[in-house]
Amino acid sequence: MSKDIANKKSLNKGILDIIGKNSRFSLEDLAAMLETDKETVEREIKAMEDDKIICGYPALINWDNTDHEKVTALIEVNVTPQRDMGFNKVAERIYKFEEVESVYLMSGDFDLTVIIQGKSMNEVARFVSEKLSTLEYVNSTATYFVMKKYKEHGIIMEAEHDDKERMLVTP
Amino acid sequence: MRDPLSKKIVQIQPSGIRKFFDIVSEMKDAISLGVGEPDFDTPWHIREEGIYSLERGRTFYTSNAGLKELKEEISKYLERRFGLTYNPVGEIYVTVGGSEAIDNALRAMLDVGDEVIIPQPCYVSYEPCVILADAVPVIIELKEENEFKLTKAQLEAAITEKTKILVMPFPNNPTGAIMTKDDLADIAEVVIKHDLFVISDEIYSELTYGSNHVSIASFSGLRERTIVINGFSKSYAMTGWRLGYACGPKAIVDQMLKIHQYAIMCAPTTSQYAAIEALRNGDNDVENMRNAYDRRRKFLIKALHNMGLKCFEPFGAFYVFPCIKEFKMSSEEFAEALLNEEKLAVVPGTAFGNCGEGFLRISYAYSIEDLKNALERIERFIKRHRK
Repeated sequence: MSKDIANKKSLNKGILDIIGKNSRFSLEDLAAMLETDKETVEREIKAMEDDKIICGYPALINWDNTDHEKVTALIEVNVTPQRDMGFNKVAERIYKFEEVESVYLMSGDFDLTVIIQGKSMNEVARFVSEKLSTLEYVNSTATYFVMKKYKEHGIIMEAEHDDKERMLVTP
Repeated sequence: MRDPLSKKIVQIQPSGIRKFFDIVSEMKDAISLGVGEPDFDTPWHIREEGIYSLERGRTFYTSNAGLKELKEEISKYLERRFGLTYNPVGEIYVTVGGSEAIDNALRAMLDVGDEVIIPQPCYVSYEPCVILADAVPVIIELKEENEFKLTKAQLEAAITEKTKILVMPFPNNPTGAIMTKDDLADIAEVVIKHDLFVISDEIYSELTYGSNHVSIASFSGLRERTIVINGFSKSYAMTGWRLGYACGPKAIVDQMLKIHQYAIMCAPTTSQYAAIEALRNGDNDVENMRNAYDRRRKFLIKALHNMGLKCFEPFGAFYVFPCIKEFKMSSEEFAEALLNEEKLAVVPGTAFGNCGEGFLRISYAYSIEDLKNALERIERFIKRHRK
């Protein structure tokens, strides 16, 4: 039994390692790579979705390479924690805004890092001044606009055009 | 004009891979599963250490045997991974890839007419290097039904009173075969009984799946008669850095070092600094790459089996060695036809010895996407040619 559990753990770790980098493999391909069957992979993925281990499958988009303008800003937020709720309640009020991409509770000089994405600097500025800084318990904010994204989620955004000269046949 | 050439060199055949390489190079847009090197880049922290050493102006020769720090790290690594103990002073030296170490070891130990047992299929350089050392290669043909392992009986049958060295190329290129501890115990016994020496080429030692690599030098009585060859190319994806090493009893290493000293001087300094970083902080990289190879291995084996291609399951290196005898073509014919019809390059088994006839070496040092693309071509090809 404990062997089954160990196997399941290593299978799940294998699934996460693979789809964490590329979630587009078919169930058949995953099963072949992990030496199991399609049904098992499907069942384990479903279970990890239910457990909120796998939380979504968004594509990583470099909007800079499209005609659509997007602006990303990182905002440091200082808040007053609330009795019984700590930071969670404030965080919730912030992350429910659609513009908000990510919210992290931080150690250090400020409390929350909020990453937001808007159509323009104006839009972001408006969000900060009208929505974020006016929230009860938010004491101060500092906004930093992202000038260029080099790498996100482990992926280098602008592929270096480096045609590798790997030979076609070697011993 | 007199003949400028050495008869010894002229009689050595160019590598069969070379010939196939020339054919592939002529083919436009061909894709390949023919490469014997990792597809990963050297991990950045290792490259960065090489760059840093250049920035600091560490561009001088090192001592012949290599940087002291590097030899110490190699010593610790061998102990940590394989339970081998070698003194960094006198029992280890750093070479230009495993290939140089193979040549050094053979030349340091052989006299005219000595015989060297080489189990084939195997890496292409043992046989010519034995000839360069004025000795006589004796080939053992490994069998698919033994999963391309060397058996005690085969070894016994090949030994004569002139036999001096046994080359042990495991984990094996091109078959992917490994030798387990039990398999090696049989061989070790024969080696001692016949007073042989072993050159154990363990360059793929980090790439075994399901069990850890066992070095024949770890058997009692074998350490004093074995030269262990290893390096950074396969384990850390550092082929282009050209860095390997050899370990063994001081008396043999001293003589190998003389050849290295006069022919090479020392291994590249930049590579040596990078290698120190690899051994100190690279265990994770090795594990990640091994896991990736293992997934590809399983993926590839399953796909080949689904096509009905006969292929034993290899547990080492990054090759599979499927049998293509059902198609009534030689390995070379098959590989050439596959290249012409589907623009896919794989290496004919015969490039690694005559007994590779009827087999192909397929490398899985490629992304799953590349493998899928190639597998579609193989499937189309074999459907067309299967009667």
